[in-house]
Amino acid sequence: MSVDVFRKGGFDFSNARRNAFLEGKGMPLPKATSTGTTIVGCIYADGIVLGADTRATEGPIVADKNCEKIHYITDNIRCCGAGTAADTEYTTAMISSNMELHALSTGRQPRVATAMTMLKQYLFRYQGHVGAALVLGGVDPTGPQLFTIHPHGSVDKLPYVTMGSGSLAAMAVFETTWRAGMTREEAIQLVAAAISAGIFNDLGSGSNVDVCVITKDKTDMLRNYEMPNQRVEKERKYGFRRGTTAWKSESIRSLIASETVVPVAQLVTDEMDIS
Amino acid sequence: MADGHQHPIEHRFNPYAENGGTVLAIAGADFAVIAGDTRQTEGYSIQTRYAPKVFKLTDRAVLAVNGFQADCSEFVKRVMQRIEWYRHAHSKQMPLKAIARMIQTMLYGKRFFPYYTYNILGGIEEDGTGAVYSFDPVGSYEREACRAAGAASSLIQPFLDNQIYFKNQTPAPGAAPFVPGNLPIDVVLPIVIDSFTSATERHIEVGDGLEMFVVVAKGRDVSQLASLNAEEIPATNPGEERVFIVRRELKKD
Amino acid sequence: MSIMDYNGGSVLAMKGKNCVAIASDLRLGNQAMTVAMNFEKVFPVTDCLYLGLAGLASDVITLRERFRYRVNMYTIKEERQIEPATFAQLVSSTLYEKRFGPYFVEPVIAGISKKTGEPFIAATDVIGCLNFAKDFVVCGTASDKLFGVAEGLWEPDLEPEDLFETISQTLMNAVDRDAFSGWGAIVHVITPEKVITRTLKARMD
Repeated sequence: MSVDVFRKGGFDFSNARRNAFLEGKGMPLPKATSTGTTIVGCIYADGIVLGADTRATEGPIVADKNCEKIHYITDNIRCCGAGTAADTEYTTAMISSNMELHALSTGRQPRVATAMTMLKQYLFRYQGHVGAALVLGGVDPTGPQLFTIHPHGSVDKLPYVTMGSGSLAAMAVFETTWRAGMTREEAIQLVAAAISAGIFNDLGSGSNVDVCVITKDKTDMLRNYEMPNQRVEKERKYGFRRGTTAWKSESIRSLIASETVVPVAQLVTDEMDIS
Repeated sequence: MADGHQHPIEHRFNPYAENGGTVLAIAGADFAVIAGDTRQTEGYSIQTRYAPKVFKLTDRAVLAVNGFQADCSEFVKRVMQRIEWYRHAHSKQMPLKAIARMIQTMLYGKRFFPYYTYNILGGIEEDGTGAVYSFDPVGSYEREACRAAGAASSLIQPFLDNQIYFKNQTPAPGAAPFVPGNLPIDVVLPIVIDSFTSATERHIEVGDGLEMFVVVAKGRDVSQLASLNAEEIPATNPGEERVFIVRRELKKD
Repeated sequence: MSIMDYNGGSVLAMKGKNCVAIASDLRLGNQAMTVAMNFEKVFPVTDCLYLGLAGLASDVITLRERFRYRVNMYTIKEERQIEPATFAQLVSSTLYEKRFGPYFVEPVIAGISKKTGEPFIAATDVIGCLNFAKDFVVCGTASDKLFGVAEGLWEPDLEPEDLFETISQTLMNAVDRDAFSGWGAIVHVITPEKVITRTLKARMD
């Protein structure tokens, strides 16, 4: 048997009993980073446009001001994630890996419906405990495809979709301005407007707009497509005079290996004592 | 109980809500700055982007209230009324320390159904010094040089400890020790603005707008305020203390 | 009272110009009672890569040993030192493996890439969601305070000695307002040439 340095996949429940005991003692379990999030997707004439904000929160505190919520699945498929941040990250990464293997074994361009099926079956298996709410979009040989997948594994297939805490704000924009057969530019503008609605009206969403455009021929990841929330310059400089902080002890570890070479010849005196 | 709960669930009306936002006040030698953001929230929603939290009480007293908005407005209304009664009864404006003591009485009067409000009172004392009084919801209070309260108080207060009280800073060798409470207004206001822009970056319930009230002692030079687009609020008794307001935009995401 | 607050403690890392710094307090508590003032939460991983762990002390020690083991195995197998970005993924996947029974620890990673010389900082939550920041990362019982002060004091492109001042001031002022952190502090400033470690003169109450 090999040592388990490189472990097999799957979850490890070895701490679960301990943690359940601690929870039973009245100690609430810590909250994970959640992507409060606005994520959207919409179909246009010859492709898919996906959008996401870039704020990650821990309760009312902003943990990450510019995180990436549009995840790579395959070259022609992307997936936006809302909910428990770690779950969206690892679920999409695992499906991405399995889609690559699937494409290799079939020798065909992978289909969005395949990714959707893998995701929903995975999420259903965990009965909602893997807290990933996803917007999956892509273009495959059957044309542009757009799905939403809920944490329990249910799926919607619609021409325009929103998810996350900003989903109502974003959907309001879609419901008022979406129409069939929009051009690429119109669709990008609509998606950016829907995400902006989430950013400005939902506290769980914020910072920048990420957009991803997927067509038959190529995928454009427009990272930070709009940055409407750059911090203004501070009124003062807050650098400190060196020596402001009092310290007690110091140790310096040099990372540069140095040595002094002393030629032996120089150590020998000019004339040898031969008496 | 069918859904696996061991005990029946009790549903009760909760009379309180939390409406986010943050306030702070800093006292100078002969002025006081009292500031608050203008966002009002409930859960993940913005109820309004402009709900003032800082109110001028007299020519030398400004009150910042934060917590449950309904209690805040009710409390400020009652404080203002009692201050007016004082003026009618005594034919003079109520002194700052008297307002502070009155606020304690009013808060403690509702000890067993408290106003869910965090109050910070700032202004000029009768001796002409700048002062800040901070309160807890049931009336415990203290005079201080600076204080932050509300949703982002834990983000701002340690920053003020460092920048206003010079905590953890050692002066240069041979230099005079730091003395808190003597910072000029053109240092204090930028610190206030930076406190709020920092809190806006990291706290989702802070943002939209910033209102900074500056109360200056009688006869004090106010030329530093001109460059900040300060707007003077007309005084009841001209020639005494003056109150200015400086407004800034904050991020809206 | 959350399990994360049981022993207390906070860690902070900041980026500077061609350097990074990572700092922690030294408190070990049992709820409100302080038991030790020499509990370091920052550990060397390689020459110029450090790992900070704030949270439940037993898990801090367990994970420190687990990462030491896994980094040693990596070093032997790959015959090279682990890169900061690689180590961050190792930390993340180690924590996510225990998604349904997590370690109560929030790690902070700070280092300089041997390959590119790029400064690197990252943090994760208890289940391994990575956060790569360009300015600073925080964790522990004083995280709110650290966020507030760091957002006010941090500036880009600080030289190592200036970064030392900024990270020290940020940490000390934040933990002084936190009942569960403090009682001394330690700072490591990592540059490509050397690692400067200093223990600070902090409030001991």
